[in-house]
Amino acid sequence: MTAARKNMLLLAAAGLIMAGPLFGVSGAFKGSDDLGTEAIEATGYRPWFKPIWTPPSDEVESLLFALQAALGAGVLGYVIGRRHEAARRDKTGNHVAR
Amino acid sequence: MEGYLPAPHALGWFVASAPFVVAGSLRLKRIVAERPEAKMTLAAAGAFTFVLSALKMPSVTGSCSHPTGTGLGAVMFGPSVMAVLGTIVLLFQALLLAHGGLTTLGANVFSMAIVGPWVSYAIYRLAGKAGLSAGIAVFLAAALGDLSTYATTAVQLSLAYPDAASGFSGALLKFMGIYAVTQVPLSIAEGLLTVVVMNALSARSVEVTR
Repeated sequence: MTAARKNMLLLAAAGLIMAGPLFGVSGAFKGSDDLGTEAIEATGYRPWFKPIWTPPSDEVESLLFALQAALGAGVLGYVIGRRHEAARRDKTGNHVAR
Repeated sequence: MEGYLPAPHALGWFVASAPFVVAGSLRLKRIVAERPEAKMTLAAAGAFTFVLSALKMPSVTGSCSHPTGTGLGAVMFGPSVMAVLGTIVLLFQALLLAHGGLTTLGANVFSMAIVGPWVSYAIYRLAGKAGLSAGIAVFLAAALGDLSTYATTAVQLSLAYPDAASGFSGALLKFMGIYAVTQVPLSIAEGLLTVVVMNALSARSVEVTR
């Protein structure tokens, strides 16, 4: 099996694991932190500090989460791209020999 | 989770985490000074946890959580560097997303940026000693590091909120159900993704040519 094929299979498996629960399980799919804080509040405890800034709406919050993922993916893709180009040049001999 | 840890607990976790973050910064400085070309790989390791901790995924428990992505950097650079990179990610989320929290930062750094990476690193070394292939070793390291982060969160909350009747163990059962069980499929997904990114990054990397 080629490396690329193996990677595709691994990515597909990860995708299935993520998508599976959406179809196989019923639930509200709330965040585990929300369930955690609910469990804490059930003990009668109330938080003593509020976030200093909260995204004003779900839209703004999802924008910021998307931005976080996009920034990370951009940097990661750039580094991987550089590696591949270096490896390619290495192979074709246009680069300092290893 | 902002404000959800009683102040003495919040403070205690800051104190516990601080030396790891300091040691990590020193190590990070040394790596960059000795191998300037490692900057790119460090950026990739930081970027990976940036992406993964932004992805909230559905789980078999009918709730959502996100992976941590700290195993990759722990395997490539050792665990201490991730104390710094993980803290940056947690700060970003606490300040801009009201996620995680500032008062709870010490506790979150301890679970995500210290325990997770150290477990990943230990598993990676053990798997190597046991003769497992590099791919399997990376998978186990990333998956178990992720899981251990959320198990740590459950322990931290159980210490702060022991059950009125059953004490610490009763609370642990409850919080493990919320955090660790939810995390099982996510950590498997993180393990697979980490192997893919590790493959992509190490394809005849420029660094080894030095």
